[in-house]
Amino acid sequence: MNDTLANTEKKTAYILTLPAVLLVFSIILFPIFANIWISFKEVELKDIRIPEPRAKKIVKSISDEPTKIKILYKLRNSSLIQEIRDVSFQDNFPKNFEIENLDPRCSYEKYNLKCEFGNWPAKYRENFQVIFATNDGSNIDKKNLKSIKPKLDGKSDNILLNTNFTLKNFKKVLFENEFIDLLLTTFYYTFFGTVGSIVFGILTAQMVNQKFYGRTFMRSVLLFPYVAPVVALAYTWELLLDPNSGTLNSLLLNYQVIETPINLLGQKYIEISILGFDFKLRLALTTVIMFEIWRYFPLAFLFILARLQAIPKELYEAADVDGASPFQKFFNITLPQITAVISILFMIRFIWNFNKFEDVFLLTGGASGTRTLPINVYQQGFAISDIGMGSAVSIVIVVLLLIFMFFYFKLLGKRVDEN
Amino acid sequence: MRTKNTILFSLISTFFLIFLISIWKILATLQGLSINSFNIEIIFIFGLLISLAHLGIGDKIKSIYKSIIFSAIFVFCDGYLIQKLPIWYNVGVFLILYFFTNKISKYTFIGLKEEHSTQVILFDFLTLFGILFFSFVILFPFYMMLVTSFKTQIALLVNPLDFSINFGQDIKDLFKSYFVIFKSYKFGKYIVISTIVSVGTVIITLLFAIPAAYAVARLNFFGKTFLSTSILIIYMFPAIVLVIPLYTIFSQLGLRNSIEGLLIVYTATTLPVAIYMLQGYFKSIPKELEEAAILDKLSWFGIITKIIIPLSIPAISSVALYVFMIAWNEFLFSLMFLDNPNSFTLSRAIQYLSGDAETPRQYLMAGSVVVTLPVLFIFVYFEKYLVSGLTAGSVKG
Repeated sequence: MNDTLANTEKKTAYILTLPAVLLVFSIILFPIFANIWISFKEVELKDIRIPEPRAKKIVKSISDEPTKIKILYKLRNSSLIQEIRDVSFQDNFPKNFEIENLDPRCSYEKYNLKCEFGNWPAKYRENFQVIFATNDGSNIDKKNLKSIKPKLDGKSDNILLNTNFTLKNFKKVLFENEFIDLLLTTFYYTFFGTVGSIVFGILTAQMVNQKFYGRTFMRSVLLFPYVAPVVALAYTWELLLDPNSGTLNSLLLNYQVIETPINLLGQKYIEISILGFDFKLRLALTTVIMFEIWRYFPLAFLFILARLQAIPKELYEAADVDGASPFQKFFNITLPQITAVISILFMIRFIWNFNKFEDVFLLTGGASGTRTLPINVYQQGFAISDIGMGSAVSIVIVVLLLIFMFFYFKLLGKRVDEN
Repeated sequence: MRTKNTILFSLISTFFLIFLISIWKILATLQGLSINSFNIEIIFIFGLLISLAHLGIGDKIKSIYKSIIFSAIFVFCDGYLIQKLPIWYNVGVFLILYFFTNKISKYTFIGLKEEHSTQVILFDFLTLFGILFFSFVILFPFYMMLVTSFKTQIALLVNPLDFSINFGQDIKDLFKSYFVIFKSYKFGKYIVISTIVSVGTVIITLLFAIPAAYAVARLNFFGKTFLSTSILIIYMFPAIVLVIPLYTIFSQLGLRNSIEGLLIVYTATTLPVAIYMLQGYFKSIPKELEEAAILDKLSWFGIITKIIIPLSIPAISSVALYVFMIAWNEFLFSLMFLDNPNSFTLSRAIQYLSGDAETPRQYLMAGSVVVTLPVLFIFVYFEKYLVSGLTAGSVKG
């Protein structure tokens, strides 16, 4: 009895979870394997469209003969590079139609025109014409005739399914793609974006954790950048930072802070001298990182605030009795209490920033030294149309992330052991 | 000790005053006033004098009179004698000064003798500074987005700093950008598509997630722990890695440029977090209720629809809102999968609009307002639900 109960429970569980598991599997896990497969192939964007036989039907009336009609099919192979084999053609006609000139490749039975066109090479085109007459002498309705669509069928190779593999893509990614530069840019972007958002998150959480008028309102305002659509925010920032008529540059010019406008999103380097040392700052990258911090510190804020509110008040009361200063309280009570949250946040934000595509894409499109790895996936795959290369870059991203996670957890594990 | 604290106090409060006045000046500049300098030196001297005078006078005058007197003096000297600006600007300065003097009125000579008083002062002012700074930095782009959508291209090019809106003009002129994007750029259609996609994603996600979450929360089966741990790991998988294979597969299946294609992808990417959030809540529902239901011979379908769903309305709404926002804001997949203007979502439509360099910026900003407003409205209205959702589902980048 017990056994059958457990069995029905199992069955129910599988029925309940199956739809979700199948969907997630087919849309997330399967593509990851497909990605590995594609990254070892030489595939271009134009290769992935399956070649189709197409026919455009043009109906022409013949002058002085209302009972006759000429039908022209403009046949073509949609692909510019692949042939289609065994093309078959079918079209239906009204029940009073008789064919006048039958092509040797075709047959006409039961008002159904069937043709076998054989193989079509790439770019193949043909004008195929038939003439019909009604057998009862009635006039022909052109509209009705046009609304019947011909059916075409054919076989072609799918370049994705053959087993020609190559290491060319990975060779290109690692050696011909300014890989070191890409990696460094991605690393700067990820690291400073993550650290910045966590630092601002700590500051704001500490701030909102105190009592002041309008605190709940402040909490929602702080989350605005995180919940608003990235498209809207990126274009607003772009306008704000525009060198010609952007608000920020105009303000700075107006208050004589700068003499010429700065192109914050379009200039790769800016030279800064501090205390006599000249160094180059990657300007566009810094701006993009600023946007990143601005948009994602709310998440850190939310997490850290939740943690701060869970710290027992007695700890602070005891510290007050001992005469601790506000800074001592912060460094000796608050900070140790939030390190766990911070380490989780660091990992989450690091992974997500490493894969961040939209923000950089919308702000700079990867120009002026802001080309990160995810941007490169898009550029290789869709701008240069080399799907195989794009796939290879994304595989590199996954491998780098796995390495990061491995070391991060190892380090974290060590620290936990020490404590 | 006292001297040091006094000096520190006056310096910190002065810097705070400079910051307040500077923000006010920036805002005033953006209303078309021509102010070309922050006059930091003058405000610095005044601020220092006010804080020292405040300490010196102490309790001899009632603090409200003190505040009014200080503010009036400041406004008279700075606004009337030096800058000669319109009255509304000076009223603003007066209110800022009044706020400022009120803030410093709780510090007294005696208080400055206490231990750590500099740190306390620093903390107090840093908090105040932080509140104002972050409000300004966060709200300013939103303010700019809204205001720009009401301006015209020429006005913006002539004076990029003049953000004042002429409310006196005809309502048709005021909302011209909105009329244009709805008429010429078919934004009405895009709103409908975005709504269908987002609401559809919510419905399908819930349909799939509720049974799965129930199974994970309640039933025992082989592979359960594996399933529940892999849910979050799958969710961490970057979307950019999925884009190329999904693009190729969707191209071959003819799912590109279709709402169905987007629905499938959005549902699959939001499912893991929806299951994760729901199963946590389902676990907190007392088991006794279900045991009673099993005795009544209710099937699992009955248990879910009659017991679990009515009891977890808060969690379900939180998941629904969260998924709605993800789907509404999504950009990467809509960029990859949609290239026919007839099937654009709002985000994709705005990006398409910006691709044309000729598009006036006020249209772009009007579109941005249209896509942002629903989300912000939902967020503010349902904040309580959403914050718990955001914390649980925060792995979404």
